[in-house]
Formats: sequence, C-alpha cells, structure tokens
Amino acid sequence: MSASDLLGLFPLIMLAGASILVLLAAAFIRRLLVSFVVTLIGLVAALVFVGIAWPHLPLKVAALLSFDGFVLFGFVLILAATVFVAISSWAYLRGRDDEGGDYYFLLLLSSLGACILAASTAFASFFLGLELLSVSLYALIGWRRERAAGTEAAIKYLVLAGATSAFVLFGMALIYEATGSMDLFRLARISSADGLIAPVGLGMILVGIGFKLAVVPFHLWTPDVYDGAPAPVTAYIATVSKGAMVVVLARALGPAFVGNGGVSHVSTAAPPLVAAGFPWVFALIAGLSMFAGNLLALREKNVKRILAYSSIAHLGYILVAFLAGGPQALRAIAFYLVAYFAMTLGAFAVISALSSPEKDADDLEDYRGLAGRSPWTAAMLTTMLLSLAGLPLTAGFVGKFLILSAGAGAELWTLAVILAINGTISIFYYLKIVSVMFRGAEPSPARAGSAGNPLPAEPAPAGVPLSGTVRAPLLAAIAIAVLALAVVALGVYPAPFLSIIGTFTAAGG
Amino acid sequence: MILALLVAVPLVFGLAGWALGRRNIDWSRWLTLAANAVNLVIVAVLWAGAAGGFTIGSSVPSSPWLAQLRWPWIPSLGISFSLSLDGLSLALLALTAFLGIASVLASWKGVTEKVGFFHFNLALVLAGVNGVFLATDLFLFAFFWELMLIPMYFLIDLWGHENRHKAAVKFFLFTQVGGLLMLVSIIGLAVVHSMASGSLTFEYTELIGTAMSPVVAMLLMLGFFVAFAVKLPAFPLHTWLPDAHTEAPTAGSVILAGLLLKTGGYGLIRFALPLFPSASHSIAPVAIAMAVAGIIYGGLMAFSQSDMKRLVAYSSVSHLGFVLLGIYVFTSQALSGAVLQMVSHGISTGALFILVGALQDRIHTRDMNRMGGLWKQAPRMGAAALVLAMALVGLPGLVNFVAEFLVLVGTWKVSMAATVLAGVGLVIATVYALRMIQMAFHGGPREKWDIPDLSVMETCVLFIMIGLLVGLGLFPQPLLQIVDKVVAGVLAVIPSGGGA
Repeated sequence: MSASDLLGLFPLIMLAGASILVLLAAAFIRRLLVSFVVTLIGLVAALVFVGIAWPHLPLKVAALLSFDGFVLFGFVLILAATVFVAISSWAYLRGRDDEGGDYYFLLLLSSLGACILAASTAFASFFLGLELLSVSLYALIGWRRERAAGTEAAIKYLVLAGATSAFVLFGMALIYEATGSMDLFRLARISSADGLIAPVGLGMILVGIGFKLAVVPFHLWTPDVYDGAPAPVTAYIATVSKGAMVVVLARALGPAFVGNGGVSHVSTAAPPLVAAGFPWVFALIAGLSMFAGNLLALREKNVKRILAYSSIAHLGYILVAFLAGGPQALRAIAFYLVAYFAMTLGAFAVISALSSPEKDADDLEDYRGLAGRSPWTAAMLTTMLLSLAGLPLTAGFVGKFLILSAGAGAELWTLAVILAINGTISIFYYLKIVSVMFRGAEPSPARAGSAGNPLPAEPAPAGVPLSGTVRAPLLAAIAIAVLALAVVALGVYPAPFLSIIGTFTAAGG
Repeated sequence: MILALLVAVPLVFGLAGWALGRRNIDWSRWLTLAANAVNLVIVAVLWAGAAGGFTIGSSVPSSPWLAQLRWPWIPSLGISFSLSLDGLSLALLALTAFLGIASVLASWKGVTEKVGFFHFNLALVLAGVNGVFLATDLFLFAFFWELMLIPMYFLIDLWGHENRHKAAVKFFLFTQVGGLLMLVSIIGLAVVHSMASGSLTFEYTELIGTAMSPVVAMLLMLGFFVAFAVKLPAFPLHTWLPDAHTEAPTAGSVILAGLLLKTGGYGLIRFALPLFPSASHSIAPVAIAMAVAGIIYGGLMAFSQSDMKRLVAYSSVSHLGFVLLGIYVFTSQALSGAVLQMVSHGISTGALFILVGALQDRIHTRDMNRMGGLWKQAPRMGAAALVLAMALVGLPGLVNFVAEFLVLVGTWKVSMAATVLAGVGLVIATVYALRMIQMAFHGGPREKWDIPDLSVMETCVLFIMIGLLVGLGLFPQPLLQIVDKVVAGVLAVIPSGGGA
C-alpha cells in the first residue's frame, strides 16, 4: 500500500473513524447534539479529503477499489445527502427525546457502505459495500420500535435483502466458475463465448442490483419500507442507497453500451451479453418501472407511499439514460441523480419537519390548507413536487430533458415516448398533493368521512393532532431552503453545473 | 432586451403583487393591471415601429424579424434564451396584453379568496403566453409552453365552479400529454439535425430546412401537431375544453379561450408548417376534415346546451375550426383569415365570457332555462350580449365576418366541399347565437330576478372590446398588413402552396 492509495481511501477512513467516534462518544456523553456534531465533522472531513484526492485521479487500491471522476462525484453526492439526512434526523430525533448515538453510528456506517459500493471494482468489495449498507439500514428502518409498521418494514427489508444477497453471492460464484474472474468490470464483457452459466450468474447479480434500485419486479418492499421507516431514513433509502447503486451500475455495466446504439443495434461476433441480449431486459425493467410506479401512485393517499412509488418511476427514467450509453448518457445520469437527490431530500425534509412526535405526516389530509398555515413550508414542498413532476423552472425539467436527449441520441424512441407519457401520469399525483396544500379546509367530496364534520373550518380532520404551524429548527429550515434553491437554480440556469458534471465525468474515466 | 421585458414584467409585477398583497389586497390587483398596461405600451411602441418601417434594437435588416434577442443559456446543449418578434407575434402579444387587462378588471369584484395568489397565477400565465409567442429556441418554447399550464391549472382548480377539480385535471392531462409528445419531437428534431450538421442546436431559424426522410418528418410533425391540435382544440381532441371553460373562473375562461387556444394556432403556423413543410402538406386533408368536423360538431353541441357558458365553450370549438381550416388549405387569404380569426375570436369570446361571468355573479346560475326577459332588467347587458351574439354569427361589420369570409374565400379554390360544409357551420352559429339571446334576454321572465345592470367598469370593458370588434371589422387592414409578411413566408416553403 502506497501513499497514493491512502489518498483514495481517506474519505472512507474518515467515515469509519467518525462512526467509531460517535459510538465512543455516545458511551460517555449521551447527548444528541454531540453525536450530531461529530457526524457532521466526519462527513465534512470526508468531503475535504475527496477534494484532496481530486487532482490525483485516477487512483486504484489493490484490485478492490478504484477512484475516478464519476466515483468521486458519487462520493460527493452520498456525503452531501448524508449531511442533509443528518440535519433533518437531528430535528426529528430531538422532537422525540432520543439521544441518537447509535442512530448516527448506523447512518455513518451505511454511508461508508454506499461509498465502498460506488468505488468497488471487485466482487468482494461490491458485496462488502452492499452488506454494510443493508445491515445498517435494517436497524435504521425499524428505529421507532414502538410502531408496528416500523418493525414490519424492517423485517420485510431484512428478509428480502437477505434473500437477494444470497442471489448475488450465488451469481458471483457462477460467474467465477464460468470466467475465472472476480472482477466486477468483467460483467460488461460477458458474452455467449463464456458458456451458459455466466448469463445465469449475471442475471442473479442483476436481481441484487434491481432490489437496491427498487425497480420492477423487485420493487415490492418499497411502499411498506418507505411508509414504516422514519421520514429521514426514508429519504436516505430513497437517495443514498439507490444513488450508490446507480453509480456502480453505470461504472460496471455502462461500458457495454458505449458505442452501441442501444436496443435497436445488434453488433459484432461475440457481443457483450449485457448490451446484446440484456438490453431487452433493462428496457423492459425501465418501462415497467415507469408505468408501475406512476400508476400505483395514482390511487395512493399516503404521501410517503406516493413518493415510494414515484421513486420507482424515477429509477426507471434513469435506466433509460443508462440504456442510451456514452458520455451524453453519463451526463444525463449524473444530472438526474443530483436533481433527484435534491428534490427527494427536500420533500422528505419537509415531511420530517411536519411530523409530530406521535405520527409522521404521511396522510394526504395532513397537508390540507398547509399553504394557509405555513406558506413558506408549502412553497418549499411545492417546489420539490413540481420538480419531481418535471415541470419547467425546476431541476426535474432539465433532468428529464437530458434523459430524453440521451435516449433520442441512441434512438430509443419507444422508451422516450413511454417516458413522456409517464411524465404526464406522474403530474397527476404530485399536483394532487400540491392542490390539497393550497385548498382551504373544505371537506373534499371524495372524503365522505370528513364531510360529516360540522366544523369545516377546522384544519387537519381525521383526528390528526398536527400543530397549526411548522416549527422546524433553524438549521433544518436552512437545509430545506438550500435544497429548494438548488432545485430552482439547476432548473433556471443549469449551464455552469453541467460543465462541473462534465469535468467530473471526464476526469480519470 | 425589450422582448425580455414582455416576459419579465408580468413575472416581476405578479410576484411583487403577491408579496405586497399580504398587506393590502388591492396591490396585487393594481400591479397585475399595471404589468399588462406596461406590456400594452411596449407592444404599441413595437407596432408603431413596425408600421413605420424602422426596426428596434439589434434586428437584422434583411430578416423577417422585427426584433431579436439571443442570450446564451445552456451552451453545451445548444440552447439559448432566444426571443424573436414578427408580425404574427406582435398581433398576438397585443391581444395578450389587452385580454390581460380585461381579465384583471373582470375579476376585480368577483375574486375575494386568495386574491394575491390568484393574480400571481394570472400574471404567470400571461408571462408564459408571451414567452410562447416570442420564443424561437425550441427548448425555450417548450419551457414556456409548460409554464402556462401550472398557473392555469391552479386558476381552474382553486377559483373555479362546482366541478372544478375534475375539469382542472382533465385540462392538465390533455395539454400535458400533447406538450410532452412535442418535447420528444423537439428533441428528435434537434438530434436529427445534429446528425446531419454535426452541431446540436435548438434554434428555430437553424432547424428550418433540416433534411430528413418523409417517415421521420411525419412522426416528428405529428408530435407537434398533436400538441397544437389539443390546444386549439381540433375536433376529436377537444373534449377537455367544454369542462375547463365552464368550470374556470371568469378571468380563467377569458385567458383560456382568448389566449391559450391561440397558442395552438400560433404553434401550427410558426412551427409545424415551416419545420415540416412536406409532412404538413400530406396531412392537410386530414386536418381539413378535422376542421370541418369541428365547425359543425361544435355548432351542433352549442345549440343543444342549456348552460350558457358551455354554449360559448362549444362555439369556440366551432370557431377555431375555421382557424385550423385556414391554416391547412395553404392559401394566403385563408391563412390571413385564420390569424384574423384568432384575434377576433379572442376578443369576442373573451367579452362573452366576461358577460356570462357578470350574469352568473348576479343570478348564480348559468342555466338558460331559468333566465328569460332579462333585457328589461339589464338593458346594457342585453345590448352587449346581442352584439356579441352577432359576432358569433359573423355579421358583416364585425371583424369575425372578415376573418371567416377570408377563410372561406381561401378554401373555395382548394376544396369546394369544405367551403360548403364550413358555410353550413355559420348557419348553425346563427341558430345557437339567437337561441341564446332569446332564452336569456327575450320573452317573459321564467323566474323572478332582480338584478342590477352592468356596472360602470364592466360597461367600459365590454364597450372597448365591442369597439375593437367593430373597428377591426371596418378597418382590418392594419392587422392584415402586419401579418402579411409572415403569411407569405410560411406559404413560400409549402410545396405547391402559395398558389393564391
């Protein structure tokens, strides 16, 4: 191991060190603030070391990890998202008299897992990252032990994640048997020349990837886990755990699509299987995810579940860009990830801020008349939702545009049209939330239950004891405002940010 | 610079009005009004410049544009903030500012809830509409196209009538599907262009004349056509319109009918025809059939309504059939007529919606079976309604007559059958317009109403609108002149077109 190896490893070491420090500190001072501050320091230190490693790209640590511009981009994304989750968790835990030492320990640990996953080049590191991420999440999802839904969600995630881990391991073994390689990047080059076992193994690994991304047909856990987990943890699952997997997917399998027109082209002698035979699988997964996510969200009345279904669709959008291949696509994926991170984190941060100690604010009725009670909070959530819906002036619009451009460049017309149609469907349920916020306290005709209430002036029917206004701590409010600003800035003037992404994706690729 | 102002002024004034409106609600009313007044002045200056022959700002002398503006926006994708003005834009911008003023005044008393947010949405729609009429970067165009929708959705959903939620969603669904298909087409066009020329650009002037196979051209054109035909609305895609118009608040209906529908016609003339001339030429028979079907169907449906607002809404379907007809027969008279029809329909239907809104504010129903004999109660209202009904009929002396006449004359050379059928549509218009007057204002009162006549403000607004209809009906030349060059330019690129 040389000094340059350490350069790449330092961000990871910082995360690991901070997590141990949090645990140690919690053993002596059981104060939420201490754990929170140590976590923040660890995350910022990791970010600083990412900056220090930047000029020395590309870096490689043994055969396990490698660092290029895209990986560091993933690091920044993961770490920044963790900072936001840490902030909104702080507000969330503080309201519940929780000292949260082990909470922050697990949060840092899962971020460490996500970073290892993003940087992994071999089966061993891939699996290590995957498990580190999953195991920490089991505990985080079931954090609120007094709630049956939380425990149920944790068990559900545990069982399914465990099963997919078994799949992944078995797939790795099969591929090793067929090719004699444990190299993650070998996956992109698997061809029909590798025999019949290799594709089976590849398929099994894809199950694991699909599970983490929560794309159809591996999406079944999503609504329950989103609903049962505390709002900040849900935000974390929606962003970091999926983002890390997208990064590794684009790195490991993306090269198979480069120079390939995508689905419509079948190229030379022994083409990489991923690009020649599997695109149909990916295209099918992308199409089904978009449709299933958006259609299932339509009838949902629980905001967290709506966002769960919508995230399934958003990953479907990203897969369209992934299928397109090439630098265009990488840029689209990177931009969309940032946009998706910002708007998802923002939406969940608002949900966290609105949640009372007894109950997360997940019922659509909790949002009725919010614009009248807390106009700023409503404005923030509206920004996030309109961005998720992909409407102009927001990052979501530009992101969708980039994905459509990448798809059109690769002549994926069918998927592009499917994406356009789904963009429309999705607007329905986002607007449903938005218009509930701006509507008065009138009982809507669809809700016969609350129509019997003789006092329509009373906000938040259905017996939800929500406070009249939102009292988010200043730090959480600032975090939300920063995210909203980012969403709008990326939507109005994305040019500078696109060039930043350009340098990230170009460096040491 | 001056073009950016047209978009920026409503935006800034609307925001300021919303913010200040928290202190005193009249701020938002006055500021939205002021924004439109400022825009009207800007348009008047531009118009005077155009008529006087000199150009403003950085315009190129030989180009068809009166003024242009181009700021870099997302250079790595070939996207710029590019606005251009020609006669067609100018005419429609004038209509926008004018109807903007009318709709603010029309909702001065009627809107009492969330007044600040209402006017913010109003200003935002107007900014979006102005942007649509100016944008010559296709990405920017799609951007403004979508920008119009959200505030319109809110206007219907929050301040509309009984079934507003359903109507708002329906409106949004139809227009959004069209808009996103158009976005796919725009991207497709840019990709096709970049494959041929090697540079990615969304600039309209550079994308014109992109060479592509007929199949690709047809597919891309259909993306645009569907978006614009939904907005126009052309016959089988019109079903969102009666609901949206009926349920929207008065100002919403005025803007919806007067301006948003015009963006469809504008899009066809500005983008669908010049970008895909041969594909447009081959789809023309279908478009003409859709237009004629719309004219007759809209008329028959209008005749069978008892809801007054719905009647006006269906009459829009009928009258915008003339726009579609005029665009797709490719003769200069018909195309000029189509543009004129867009303006005349904007004013006359806007005025009718204001009138129906005023009536509904007084008697709280739009059901014509419950009206009757209102002339005695409100003679000014009755007189205004009569003149506007004549506008629906297309009576000579009003600009609607000139427009429809031009379309029919232009169509005659191309398709006699279409002309005759469209003419039948005019007969139906006579029937439903007179039936409306008869049921609401003549005869004996079916119920006892005691209503005040039009207020001074309402009278002034309607008087000016009717005055414009008459004025342009007698002297349509200034308007025709300003769009003359655009019409000639569009027809020049259509194969076998321009055979006027």
